Amino acid sequence: MSGLILQRQSLTFRARSYTAFVFTPQPPIADWLEVLDATLQRSKGFFAGHPVALDLSAAALSADEVVQLVADLQARNVRVLGIEGSDLNAGDAVLPPLLRGGRVQDLELPELGAAAEAAQPAPEAKQQEAASLLIDSPVRSGQSVAFIEGDVTVLGSVASGAEIIAGGSIHIYGTLRGQAMAGAAGSRRARIFCHRFEAELLAIGPYYKTADEIEDSLRRGPIQAWLDGNTLKISPMH
Amino acid sequence: MSERTSARVVVVTSGKGGVGKTTSTAAIGAALARLGDKVVVVDFDVGLRNLDLVLGAERRVVFDLINVINGVAKLPQALIRDKRLENLYLLPASQTRDKEALTEDGVGKVIGELREKFDWIVCDSPAGIERGATLAMRHADTAIIVTNPEVSSVRDSDRIIGLLDAKTEKAERGECMDKHLLITRYHPWRAARGEMLSIEDVLEILSVPLLGIIPESEEVLRASNLGSPVTINAALSAPARAYFDATRRLKGEQIAMEIPSESRSLLTKLFGRKAA
Repeated sequence: MSGLILQRQSLTFRARSYTAFVFTPQPPIADWLEVLDATLQRSKGFFAGHPVALDLSAAALSADEVVQLVADLQARNVRVLGIEGSDLNAGDAVLPPLLRGGRVQDLELPELGAAAEAAQPAPEAKQQEAASLLIDSPVRSGQSVAFIEGDVTVLGSVASGAEIIAGGSIHIYGTLRGQAMAGAAGSRRARIFCHRFEAELLAIGPYYKTADEIEDSLRRGPIQAWLDGNTLKISPMH
Repeated sequence: MSERTSARVVVVTSGKGGVGKTTSTAAIGAALARLGDKVVVVDFDVGLRNLDLVLGAERRVVFDLINVINGVAKLPQALIRDKRLENLYLLPASQTRDKEALTEDGVGKVIGELREKFDWIVCDSPAGIERGATLAMRHADTAIIVTNPEVSSVRDSDRIIGLLDAKTEKAERGECMDKHLLITRYHPWRAARGEMLSIEDVLEILSVPLLGIIPESEEVLRASNLGSPVTINAALSAPARAYFDATRRLKGEQIAMEIPSESRSLLTKLFGRKAA
């Protein structure tokens, strides 16, 4: 009994605020979804894994319509975190939670931040039809390059404290000192190649290894990393 | 594009604190003035100003950068002329305000006015990557990245280089920021023992052209405490010569790079053996 009380006392709740994309659907919803589809066509998977909130202030929807819209978005790989700007009953269990107190923020999400910081590669990404991103400048500490649509190739080095996230494979022709995360869209066939390996972390899909867990003998040489079952394997390349 | 008509705005930056930004700003500013150019050094470290002390002008500060931005004072009222070099001026930072008092428009206007009066505007950036540092680099044509040959300093410099290539006006116009690396506090004997990153390692990691290597020296510390940059106070010392060479390279001259070597080799050999 006393144990139970102790447990209750130790349970604490904290509030935190997070950044999410906000969609503002305009009626008619069918047309709005078409526009959304056209946008998603250009950057597939962009919203995959990112929280999205629905601002319903421009569209007075019934509870059923909201449920339908959430399902339609789900079908497009967009997951709705909550809704705002609506006076629907907050207690209705089929609806996403109501959000309040949101503040507008400059878009500093990893992808967009990377597009702004790694100024040159971003426009190229749009021009290239093939699903690969070529970066011809060094990736500096604190920069994050994310390309969920496919492979990332870096001609220079990736600094300590920088990260590359690719839906497909990652190729680095310089030294990898930061983090490389391949197969971020779930591909198990993704690999990481680098010319000189001094990385802080390698990951393919959900499997990762930190520098501590990687044999020292692999350092400073060329390596490749791949998934063998549920194990992340790293081998030298000669 | 002749040298006379186009002023150059240089930001001295590093990310990490304590690597020698203010000392280098003062030494390079004084060296440029001694080489005959009209120079202003601008302290952006609002709230923690130091450049006035290093230049020995702390007792003559009346108005500062924030006063000019807020319209309390006109620019000529805030500029302090150096007592030793008539071509050298200081625009001090405010010690009582914080960096939030810097506005982008205000800084832009002040830099614009300075461009009309000076050949060189050398901006001493605060440490960090927040407002003071980003506004110090915002209007720069050229950046000097000050780095010590150790891993934390090098990584912070790398971060700053990323910001220079993204958050400056020049970068936003699609141009490439002119960047130079200045390695300070270089210990030849520690480098020889492998206790520091080598020059090659630093250059390989940062891939930015080298402007100069300043050896660690008591002259530098002494000059700062005397309120006189090493390029004025001890112009023939090894660090001052290294700063003069770096300054000439900044002006576009081709000067062979000298890696400071073990100047006390004979002494340390003698005493080193005895101690062992």
